[in-house]
Amino acid sequence: MRKEWEGFVPGRWTEQIDVEEFINLNYHPYDGDDSFLAGPTERTKECYARVQELLVEERKAGGTLKVDASRIMRVNAFGPGYIVPGKDVIVGLQTDEPLKRGICPFGGIKMVREEVAEYGEKLPEEIDRMFDYITTHNDGVFKAYSKEMKQVRHLGYITGLPDAYGRGRIIGDYRRAALYGIDYLIAEKQKDHEMIASRHVMNEENIRTAEEVFNQIKSLKEIKKMAEAYGYDISGPAKDVKEAIQWTYFAYLAGIKEENGAAMSMGRTSTFIDIYAERDLANGVYTEEEIQEFVDDFILKQRVARHLRTNEYNELFGGDPMWITEGIGGVGLDGRHKVTKNSYRVLQTLYNLGPAPEPNLTVLWSKDLPEPFKKFCAQVSIDTDSIQYENDDKMRPSYGEDYSIACCVSAIQMGQQMQFFGARCNLAKILLLGLNGGIDERTGEHVGPQMEPVGDGPIDYEDAWKRFNIYLEWLCELYVNIMNIIHFMHDKYDFEAAQMAFLNSEVKRLMAFGVAGFSVAADSLSAIKYAKVYPIRDENGVIVDYRTEGDFPKYGNDDDRVDEIAVAISERTIEELRKHPTYRNSVHTLSVLTITSNVMYGKKTGNTPDGRRAGTPFAPGANPMHERDSHGAVASLNSVSKIDWNTCQDGVSNTFSITPEALGKERGERIETMVGLLNGYFDRGAHHLNVNVLNRSLLEDAYENPEKYPSLTVRVSGYAVRFNALSKNHQKEVIARTFHQSK
Amino acid sequence: MRAPYIVFRKGERTEMKGRLHSIETFGAVDGPGIRTVFFMQGCPARCLYCHNPDSWKCDGGRETDLEEILYRAERGRPYYGDKGGVTFSGGEPLMQGQFLIEAMTALKERGIQSALDISGTYVDEYTRDALAACDLVLLDIKHPDPERFEIITGCKQDTLFEVIDMMNELEKPCWIRHVVVPDINDTEEDIEALNQFISKIRNIQKVELLAYHTMAVNKYGKLGIVYRLKGVPPMDKGRLDELKKLVRVPEK
Repeated sequence: MRKEWEGFVPGRWTEQIDVEEFINLNYHPYDGDDSFLAGPTERTKECYARVQELLVEERKAGGTLKVDASRIMRVNAFGPGYIVPGKDVIVGLQTDEPLKRGICPFGGIKMVREEVAEYGEKLPEEIDRMFDYITTHNDGVFKAYSKEMKQVRHLGYITGLPDAYGRGRIIGDYRRAALYGIDYLIAEKQKDHEMIASRHVMNEENIRTAEEVFNQIKSLKEIKKMAEAYGYDISGPAKDVKEAIQWTYFAYLAGIKEENGAAMSMGRTSTFIDIYAERDLANGVYTEEEIQEFVDDFILKQRVARHLRTNEYNELFGGDPMWITEGIGGVGLDGRHKVTKNSYRVLQTLYNLGPAPEPNLTVLWSKDLPEPFKKFCAQVSIDTDSIQYENDDKMRPSYGEDYSIACCVSAIQMGQQMQFFGARCNLAKILLLGLNGGIDERTGEHVGPQMEPVGDGPIDYEDAWKRFNIYLEWLCELYVNIMNIIHFMHDKYDFEAAQMAFLNSEVKRLMAFGVAGFSVAADSLSAIKYAKVYPIRDENGVIVDYRTEGDFPKYGNDDDRVDEIAVAISERTIEELRKHPTYRNSVHTLSVLTITSNVMYGKKTGNTPDGRRAGTPFAPGANPMHERDSHGAVASLNSVSKIDWNTCQDGVSNTFSITPEALGKERGERIETMVGLLNGYFDRGAHHLNVNVLNRSLLEDAYENPEKYPSLTVRVSGYAVRFNALSKNHQKEVIARTFHQSK
Repeated sequence: MRAPYIVFRKGERTEMKGRLHSIETFGAVDGPGIRTVFFMQGCPARCLYCHNPDSWKCDGGRETDLEEILYRAERGRPYYGDKGGVTFSGGEPLMQGQFLIEAMTALKERGIQSALDISGTYVDEYTRDALAACDLVLLDIKHPDPERFEIITGCKQDTLFEVIDMMNELEKPCWIRHVVVPDINDTEEDIEALNQFISKIRNIQKVELLAYHTMAVNKYGKLGIVYRLKGVPPMDKGRLDELKKLVRVPEK
């Protein structure tokens, strides 16, 4: 056994890459409470204060502090950078200064030109000219798109396609760097390459994989060089907790230096790191204060990670997110929970460094988590609004015990899977298109199959449902094909070698589709079924509005009459998607998650039969429409819990806002209530919950007086943002959401 | 003399109807734990600071039945934990004593605990059995002094004593609740009077002083009812915390 592994229980993991087994043999579940935790050191306070100053400057500068367009972002494009030179205990920045953003043109040079122009910079001529000869991912996609694909894209039937920048959602198992060191990973990749390249049948898949693995090896060598620039030799395994954090972070950092993917998760590192922490504590190598300091600095580094974006992108995904998602807790297949002291330390950073949106801390909730930990999480939620919860009991049977969360809510097996992600299709618009028989309600453009529009009404429910399905079928085929093109081109022109280097060479792939306008579509169909809905036509005969007589059940009140419609919509969508073959045999999955794009989707959608006015934002994710869930929080949660995660394995996102007063009169009571709420919701089989504990009046004040709330953090849809970093439109939408309060 | 009532048993259907103001499926401030709260319609009192004036009229709200109550209560079950359950509030729920007896008996058969949130302004032949059927009483004492009680509620205090007598005989566990309003009952003497008053109640588990708030004022405007406490500010939280320290929970 290697010297660095002394004290660890050996197993298969010493002979081959198997982080999961290493964790299981060596971690110590922690059943105690938070009393062992350490506060911030003077050094941490100093570095944190510097970051706070920089964040203020960044906000004053309009959201982006500095852009460096002088070179293309690569693993070693920039020399070392520090938050406070000489004071960083965990080192490494994307560029040579905190909050300075670089350019990643291989996803799309067009977008980079726009970005750079928006910030008054100029792309150096030699870089600009290079792209006369280089095909980007974006170029490739648009060479393959059909006219109809471009049409559904610009009319807003499918929005948010990652066809102009990095696709993201790949999670390297960065822990491998710490456990094995880079040299061992290179040797393993070289073996893989030789095996794949010497196969008898060199088909397209094998050729592509061999080339990809070759590029991964190149990246691993570059990562070693990057670490050397910071004074570290990471060719061998990490020997203590500080190095374990540092090695893991270097591996992650390479990925975000090279790629501007929409979501760049960290994975599931906290319990892994705890194994090193426990060994060091036992051997007197480091104290609790020192270990907390390393964790604080690791988290602080993640808080200053940035990608350069266009205004248009920010309109879709507000708040400048990176989705550095870290999964905490959960339960193992042997029944032992995976909460360790380090799970607490990571949450403690929200006190030591104040509330913040990144990293996207995600508690993997199980009924079997230890009670003190449940209470601590609830307390942190109440105090900081910075964490989200996902149902480990639901995900574990499908993804095993060592999965992590890509982006907001999507499970991926660590080291073994990757995800092809893209966009959402607009369910509300599909219904309108069906009722109009193939005419877009906003532009009058003909799109999709053409048929007679519905008559003068009242609209017959069976007819409406049939029409909805006809257009869903048509759009899903198109959607799968678009995704195939995007990911084919991304693999070809913008392969994420630095991230893929930390995955198995032959990975399993998921293809994650999404829907938006979920509650609007369900409520609109409910209106047609239970009230009387009459179409209103414009002078050209296009249905542009609806007159609805009578009341109808609304999603979000635990009323099966409409909740069954919502469930049927989710089931029909995945059924239609599954009919169409995917690129590289990836497995179709579906999410009901919008991020903040619910605002943009609403903007692109006309009046709907549920009474929603044209242009009004949708509810986010699987949320009931704003203020329509009028029977209280449990009824609202119960409605969402009916959406079966097995249908939507990419995630069912629910964002929940409740006033502190509604949780109880005293702090202890509020914590208990929050635990009860999470227990009940996940017991019902629900998948995800974002928790905000605040009053609407606070957000209204923050809307008017942003300078008073520099670090106000809110959960929006699968992630958290600094409220001030949202556009005014996004802020208004968040304020308009249901706040559950005591009657 | 009280009339006999029919006990609802498993599998037995009842035609009995109740009147409901609204349902709150997530109640964390009306009894222990997370609770499904049924706000029953109809109230004999006209409290100055009532925050549900639309629950006063007995013919308002909408009809409900046992099936709905049981369905909603069951849907909340995973959230209840050891402490939570159902609370019947109002209005004054005891105005629908017969319906509540059926509902609470059926809930008990299903292992769901019930609390009754009452004001002591109403008693009839069903009251004792309704109190017997619940697991906890939340007794809102509007004021210990009979005259001020009448000013606040528009009702005589006699029924409050009747309710307390029944609770004492049943040794029913209860929480005392008391809304504190600036200039009406926010002095040390007022709290001392409350202490004296509740010392005769036998099984008190908790005393809650609640701050008067003005969030319901708009409802009055919409209903065309004059709000008689206009101009009275919300109760200061700091002052309320001081008063809370003076409360004495009587020994059992």
